[in-house]
Amino acid sequence: MIAALLVMIGIALFLGAVLGFSAIKFKVQGNPLVDKIDAVLPQTQCGQCGFPGCKPYAEAIAKGEADINKCPPGGEEGIRKLADLLGKEFIPFGEGAAPKAKSVAFIDENTCIGCTLCIQACPVDAIAGAAKQMHTIIASECTGCELCLAPCPVDCISMQPIAEDISNWKWRYPVFPIQANAQ
Amino acid sequence: MTEYLLILVSTVFVNNIVMVKILGLCPFMGVSKKLEAAVGMGAATTFVLTLGSGASYLIQHYLLGPDLAYLTTLSFIVVIAGIVQFTEMVVQKTSPALYQILGIYLPLITTNCAVLGIPLLNVQAKHDFMESLLFGFGGSLGFTLVMVLFAGIRERLEGADVPGIFKGSAIAMVTAGLMSLSFMGFSGLVK
Repeated sequence: MIAALLVMIGIALFLGAVLGFSAIKFKVQGNPLVDKIDAVLPQTQCGQCGFPGCKPYAEAIAKGEADINKCPPGGEEGIRKLADLLGKEFIPFGEGAAPKAKSVAFIDENTCIGCTLCIQACPVDAIAGAAKQMHTIIASECTGCELCLAPCPVDCISMQPIAEDISNWKWRYPVFPIQANAQ
Repeated sequence: MTEYLLILVSTVFVNNIVMVKILGLCPFMGVSKKLEAAVGMGAATTFVLTLGSGASYLIQHYLLGPDLAYLTTLSFIVVIAGIVQFTEMVVQKTSPALYQILGIYLPLITTNCAVLGIPLLNVQAKHDFMESLLFGFGGSLGFTLVMVLFAGIRERLEGADVPGIFKGSAIAMVTAGLMSLSFMGFSGLVK
């Protein structure tokens, strides 16, 4: 009886010591998953997901508070990567979150007053210009996040869809129409 | 040496823990939807089972002996739970993505009956230390093999044209049954 008790207490104490030691030894600082998710996100910091940037969105995904289909700049490709990383099923964009036709911002240079407000808003530094100088968009850098539209006091920025040409044409993802067999 | 090889072959193929002994079905059905998760689960289980077999042999042989044999199951459960906790910490530290994929199934290795079953079978078969280790290692290799095969089949099934009523778990069960049947083909391999 006493021996049995001693044996069980001994085992428990030993395991407790080992686990306690390894809990200190293998302590996880922060959540390394957040960094991995953050690396997949496009880093446009556009806020279209409803979070104040890519990192907060990554944290929300890691906590399971946000779905993975809220990042229009990442496109379906981004959702697929997130789904792979997290071992979740692919989910298509929700209503209103789907990426619009790819477009770049365009500044009407006749109306621009050179206030630099749009430069401060741009998350990817795609607007060139200085105070009281005309601004212009570097089209190849623009991610189409539309963040510069709101701050412009003279509404001289518009979104222009990019016309497809040889340099940016891509194969479409294959889509097969599914038909119910009418009996 | 041949004796050890025989133990390995017989645990992996002939007496496969999942397909022939029908132990450890929870992770077998639960974590086999994706190949990566299945491999990770197999690796984690291999680690736990091999360590568990060795540790439980030592406990059974040196700590309990014939006097306290009634404590066998109890003490094995405690030791296995401890090893699983340890594995969980290591996995969380080394591979957070795998940790996320395995999710609840990682702590559930504790209640994987294969993990408790193999040490108990070791006691029953009166294996010595080396044989116990190999029996555990072989058993978990067999577990991993079956997990990987089954995950591969299920990934293919996802794209297959399965009749409506068989979709999902039903076809997985049928597949598992057929796999078990095919593993019976190994039964003449080791006398």
